[in-house]
Amino acid sequence: MRVAKDLVAASATPIVLGILADGDNYGYAILQRINEVSGGELDWTEGFLYPLLHRLERLGHVESDWRAATGERRRKYYRLTEQGLAELAEQRRQWATVVEALKQIWPGAGDFSPLMIPREGTA
Amino acid sequence: MTVTNDPDELEAQFAQWRQYVRRRPELSESDADELEDHLRGSVDQLTALGLHSDEAFLVAVKRMGGLDELSREFAREHSERLWKQLVLTGDSGPRSRSRHDLVVMLVCAIGAAVSIKIPELFGHDVDFDEDGFYSLNYSLFALPWLAGFLLWRRRATRLVCAVVAALFLVGAAAANLYPVRTESQSIDVIASHLPIALWFVVGVAYVSDGLRSARRRMDFIRFTGEWFVYLTLIGLGGGVLIAFAVGAFNAIDIYIDDIVDEWLLPCGLVAGVVVAGWLVEAKQGVIENIAPVLTRLFTPLFTIGLLSFLVTIGWNGRRIDVNRGNLVIFDLLLVLVLGLLLYSMSARDPLAPAGRFDVMQLVLVAAALVMDALVLFTMTGRIAQYGSTPNNMTALGANIVLLVNLIWTAWLLLRFVRRRQPFAVIERWQTTYLPVYAGWMWIVVLILPPVFAFR
Repeated sequence: MRVAKDLVAASATPIVLGILADGDNYGYAILQRINEVSGGELDWTEGFLYPLLHRLERLGHVESDWRAATGERRRKYYRLTEQGLAELAEQRRQWATVVEALKQIWPGAGDFSPLMIPREGTA
Repeated sequence: MTVTNDPDELEAQFAQWRQYVRRRPELSESDADELEDHLRGSVDQLTALGLHSDEAFLVAVKRMGGLDELSREFAREHSERLWKQLVLTGDSGPRSRSRHDLVVMLVCAIGAAVSIKIPELFGHDVDFDEDGFYSLNYSLFALPWLAGFLLWRRRATRLVCAVVAALFLVGAAAANLYPVRTESQSIDVIASHLPIALWFVVGVAYVSDGLRSARRRMDFIRFTGEWFVYLTLIGLGGGVLIAFAVGAFNAIDIYIDDIVDEWLLPCGLVAGVVVAGWLVEAKQGVIENIAPVLTRLFTPLFTIGLLSFLVTIGWNGRRIDVNRGNLVIFDLLLVLVLGLLLYSMSARDPLAPAGRFDVMQLVLVAAALVMDALVLFTMTGRIAQYGSTPNNMTALGANIVLLVNLIWTAWLLLRFVRRRQPFAVIERWQTTYLPVYAGWMWIVVLILPPVFAFR
């Protein structure tokens, strides 16, 4: 199962902001983390991630700087700003609303699994 | 392909990949760094899984996807990068160098603006110019400063600096020591030709790092075209500024026309000459040259225009009425045709084979030649009848100088279009011919006036 493009696009900002809320991070590691948490289902390319990071920086949600952790290469780290934190809170509120609505509309409220095709079937 | 684990080879692959990335205008230096780090992350992970470094590299690059798609995605966020910006404040590249350039340019521009006002202390008037001082000397307040800037920028040798300075002095001497009266033809001839003669001195300053190099001379031709375009643009901007200033001050009943005529216009023009030169130097390679684009646009139009003129003459059997004004127009037309040729050459890949555009240029040159033959024919008849004057001799001389160039160019173009010789021959002919123009301009300024007893 692949997540549809629209859904990937809509969830991109909260995902990135959420990952950065855990601590400053760089592009490659962010992508790794996304793969990890989605089990590889979220199809993010470099051409999607980096322009998104640059856009978030332009909007002021994140800041970036080049630093070298000890024994590591010099990397461009992104850091959540105050404004980014607020944006994350706002996004969480909106997503909670959407999830809450879906839970009530779909049968088996609170549990999506009855509608889901078992993963082993498609993978 | 052999499988290796050589770290040097991996670095070479990274370097090559970086080159590809840097060719994309959408991807900045910092993006390249970031993407390279990403790629290195992938490679590290893959080699940890047991792949050889070059296999890992291939897989990692493949995963990143095509550069086309990547740069398209970047362009959506950074569309401004597709508009090559001439960053004057400079956030990249060798900074101190451009900063120095800026300072020296400002000194030269201010120097030019101040210098043009100095003769007013000695009773000359830049606005009314009754004694013709400024019309003769105008270029001497702008071009030496531009040449100075270029000499500084090229770190020219003392010898070249001395030669350039000496030539400017000779020009100044001709403009001021010759006993020409304000209503004579000689004063017009000197006033109109001295700036061009001095422009070639600027050319010496420009090519001072390679006086005999044909490439540098071609660069000077490019510089001239771009400089002209920039000066025109600066002039337009300045015009708008002045119009608003005059209008706004009029609204509060203060009339600044005198300030405009005596300060803004003359000082702005000479400073603009220096600023335009600096802009061309600063933007080299940053922004596409505009003169060749204009050339591409206008070559077909001028070809059609000239051909229709010739057809009309043939149809009606009309003779060209040659008075001095007309002859100047035909001279300028030849200059224009030559300019169209030069600027399309300046942007041309010398190795590309002859194409349709080259044929069109050949037609353009041929049409110009036929027309000029008609003009010269009537002109020589007129000189034989009424005798020679400084005016008709300069016009005739310029005509011949241009004609010789164009005839030989037409011949070379013909051979090129018929694939008998490479394009480089035409280019070399044009750059070799440059000193001839310079020579003729100096002859007009220095020799013709005394020959005609300063009539």
